[in-house]
Amino acid sequence: MPFKRFVETGRVAYVSDGPHEGKLVTIVDIIDQNRVLVDGPAANIPRGQMRLSQLHLTKFRLRFPFTGSTRVVRKAWSDGKIDEKWSESMWAQKVEAKKKRAALSDFDRFKLRKARQVRNKLRTHAFLKIKKKSRKGTKAAVTAPKPGAKKPAAKKPEKK
Amino acid sequence: MNEMVDTKAKAPAKPAATEAKKDGRKVRGKPRNRDLGNGVYRFSRTRMYHKKALYKFIGKKTEKTVKPKKPVTIEKKIGGDKNGGTRLVLLKKRRKNYPTADPVTVHHAKKTFREHVRRLRPTITPGTILILLAGPHKGKRVVFLKQLRSGLLLVTGPFLINACPLRRVSQNYVIATSTKIDLSGVKLPKEVGKDEYYKRTQNKRAKKEEGDIFSTKKVDYKPSEQRKIDQKTVDTLIIGAIKKHQDKKLLFTYLSAMFGLRSSQYPHRMKF
Repeated sequence: MPFKRFVETGRVAYVSDGPHEGKLVTIVDIIDQNRVLVDGPAANIPRGQMRLSQLHLTKFRLRFPFTGSTRVVRKAWSDGKIDEKWSESMWAQKVEAKKKRAALSDFDRFKLRKARQVRNKLRTHAFLKIKKKSRKGTKAAVTAPKPGAKKPAAKKPEKK
Repeated sequence: MNEMVDTKAKAPAKPAATEAKKDGRKVRGKPRNRDLGNGVYRFSRTRMYHKKALYKFIGKKTEKTVKPKKPVTIEKKIGGDKNGGTRLVLLKKRRKNYPTADPVTVHHAKKTFREHVRRLRPTITPGTILILLAGPHKGKRVVFLKQLRSGLLLVTGPFLINACPLRRVSQNYVIATSTKIDLSGVKLPKEVGKDEYYKRTQNKRAKKEEGDIFSTKKVDYKPSEQRKIDQKTVDTLIIGAIKKHQDKKLLFTYLSAMFGLRSSQYPHRMKF
């Protein structure tokens, strides 16, 4: 499979390390194999160099020339609606969930555990019910329903 | 330049007052320059040169005021033919005697345990739920009641919920959670809040004359009736307080459940 995300002008990247950890920047220019010139007008990151090992490339790409000033970058950023697209992405949601999980207190963890127990119980119960039914009806028909598809949906918000 | 003149005219009036205050000593005014941080000053050397009007003093030399020296000795006339007539005598006489031994320095008294300052982690307040890390009840979540005179923490399960009685524990062997129960209305029995209440009584060995030294056997600890009564009263108080908590149902199961670490859980990275 060919690569899809390149280190290129306009590539939006997630900062994974350093003082700006967890923010989004866009690559403006490439300095050398290891470093790029980076600008993050939305996250208040001033234009500067960053090591590529600190950046994780996202699927988003902006269109602006590599000579573009911060103003140009900011405009491209807002026009591209990167912040909205990012918050909708699975990646951002996972980051958010991870943050929430880390901020949980001992009691919260306990409550989460209990909620999951309740959910799993409901789920297995529902699954076994369907399984029994299908066995009774036709032994040949192997239409085994997938577990976890039905009931958990209602309970999922509790998972935080 | 005009400003300079103005300030100069004003200046003498004020210092005069302050000078008088501090018994004749000269009082310095505030410095005109200030540090902006990183060793950078507000005014450059040239600016300060003009501010201080140093050009006025260039080439001038103030003469040193010569203080009259106080005489150390005095010449005294001495009578008698063979005494040389005069002698230099020190005005300030030397000491007549010197100590033969070093003076005894008084050491400050060492503080006893009783006098030590007791400290308590700020995260631990009455009503905080603690996780015990050591002792027979380790892993249990208990309610903190108060700190005793000895510095130990008074803690209870409550006994009804997780079988942890009223106990003293060191705060070093405890994790404080952020979950708290409101104990503001709770008043503990007086006896329960004292260290002596929890002391173990040691039965003494028999004296040499009276029979066998090893005759006394180890007696298992059994709580006294009074203890059981006190435990019950405290339990009802604490449980009443728990019931006022908004998550009361889960809080009961929480307190009865043991604490444990699962895979990829590191206590130093977790919040409690």
